[in-house]
Amino acid sequence: MIVTADVTKNYGSSCVVDGVTLSLPKGGITSIIGPNGAGKSTLLSMVSRLMDMDKGTVTVDGLDVTKTPSDVLARRLSILRQDNHMTARLTVHDLVSFGRYPYSKGRLTVEDKRHIDEAIGYLNLNDLSGRFLDELSGGQRQRAFVAMVLCQDTDYVLLDEPLNNLDMKHAMGMMKLLRRAANELGKTVVLVLHDINFASWYSDYIVAMKNGKVAHEGPAAAIVTPDVLSDVYEMDIKVHEIGGQRVSLYYE
Amino acid sequence: MPTKLSRPALVLIILSVLALISIVAFMTLGAKGSWSFVLPFRGKKLLSLVLVAYAVALSTVLFQTVTNNRILTPSIMGFDALYVLIKTGVVFFLGVGALTSLNVQVQFGIEVLVMVGFSGLLFRWLFVGQERSLHLLVLVGIVFGILFRSLSQFMQRMLDPNAFNVLADTFFASFATTDASLLLVSTIIVGVVTLILLRMLHTFDVLSLGRAQAINLGVDYKRTVVTILVMVSVLVAVSTALVGPITFFGLLVASLAHGLVGNSRHKYILPAAVLLAVTCLVGGQTVLERLFAFDTALSIIIEFLGGIVFIYLILRRAAR
Repeated sequence: MIVTADVTKNYGSSCVVDGVTLSLPKGGITSIIGPNGAGKSTLLSMVSRLMDMDKGTVTVDGLDVTKTPSDVLARRLSILRQDNHMTARLTVHDLVSFGRYPYSKGRLTVEDKRHIDEAIGYLNLNDLSGRFLDELSGGQRQRAFVAMVLCQDTDYVLLDEPLNNLDMKHAMGMMKLLRRAANELGKTVVLVLHDINFASWYSDYIVAMKNGKVAHEGPAAAIVTPDVLSDVYEMDIKVHEIGGQRVSLYYE
Repeated sequence: MPTKLSRPALVLIILSVLALISIVAFMTLGAKGSWSFVLPFRGKKLLSLVLVAYAVALSTVLFQTVTNNRILTPSIMGFDALYVLIKTGVVFFLGVGALTSLNVQVQFGIEVLVMVGFSGLLFRWLFVGQERSLHLLVLVGIVFGILFRSLSQFMQRMLDPNAFNVLADTFFASFATTDASLLLVSTIIVGVVTLILLRMLHTFDVLSLGRAQAINLGVDYKRTVVTILVMVSVLVAVSTALVGPITFFGLLVASLAHGLVGNSRHKYILPAAVLLAVTCLVGGQTVLERLFAFDTALSIIIEFLGGIVFIYLILRRAAR
């Protein structure tokens, strides 16, 4: 379980994340939604120790993320951000191998190699594994990074806007894959999403943020309602039930 | 596995052969007189060239890895200007006597310490806290470089001519003359730095994925980066003390190494950069001394080529 207590982050005089207290359930997919500037990515960065917080604590299975040695956390929690700018020129296989770094510190064992092959197979990257990352399309690159994170074999997988720059087909493929990882591998997946319909369709639990605070949280069915969504996004949002799934319409 | 050699392995073999040829040529070409004189005499020069090549290549590649860029180098960020400033400051405040009376090893040790302290503060502030834009870093580097150089020049103008003469002697990038007493202490320092870095070898590749990925994969980011930056400043101090400031040499060899090897694993890039640097310095010096019979212009040629690479990299980046 990921527990945040009174987590706060200020940039200068503006408060981006304002005393967030949350407990995210273990297992399944949890989506964090909310308008731009609500503090979703900042919160995720603090949970994953990429950013220092000004106040509050975050614990993952009881481990304080600011005090636990980084390599211990790296075996429990992984984070993938939306922009993975890097100057290094690596093949897909090299990149995925880095997922084993927390375990082997660069000396791959037979066990590590098995994990690498599995992760590459899981994301259908077999044909691409010898290619360099700069030779791939955006969607393929994204898949390579997700393979690395899966190869890290952590209980918690945090993703910041994983659907960014993906077309409908690849976005759906990504969400299906995360659903499979949650169901088959027992991962706890936490992601920041902008598309509320993807959040509604694939999440078990939804946290809605607004102005740095948690506005609403609960099972997907409790959040995807006209009242809650209209309040969070400050616009008129209709919710229809189609084939047992809730779909939001907000184009008018 | 295919029997064909991989590209990095092939590149490393070719570069080793080239470096070896330059070394042999440097030691033997045009030798007149007894070998017992020629070999130790040239051996000293060779050692200092190799030390400089090694220090510059290593410090540049690691600096670029840590800062996750391919344009900035320690020299462009004003590292060696800082060294010149420290040295000038010693003469300015303590008098030229300090430069000549102090034991070379002690003097060098103090300079390195001051340098590590200053650069540690500056680069900790710049690189550890958060990711900053490359433009800001280039700007800060240039501003600091100019500041250090102007301060040194200001102090140099106020020195008396004799003191200035002694000081200026130590600054000109010259590959032909190096202080023999510095060689031993430099070799030891470089050896120690190498040992420390070897123990961290496995973190370099992870750091090249960028700050977020390095932290995600469990690298103790702050400690690792600060350690590497300290090692980089020691290496720059060694190379500047031996031959004076050379701005674009590191950029030249690091860019060539990345381009030739085509794969960013440090087990390929680091040796490739070192071999390239040795070939450039030792080979270049041989050609200039033996073929053209003048020996102070190597730094000019290297700076010229390196400067072109720098402009090319900036333009290519702007085009993207």
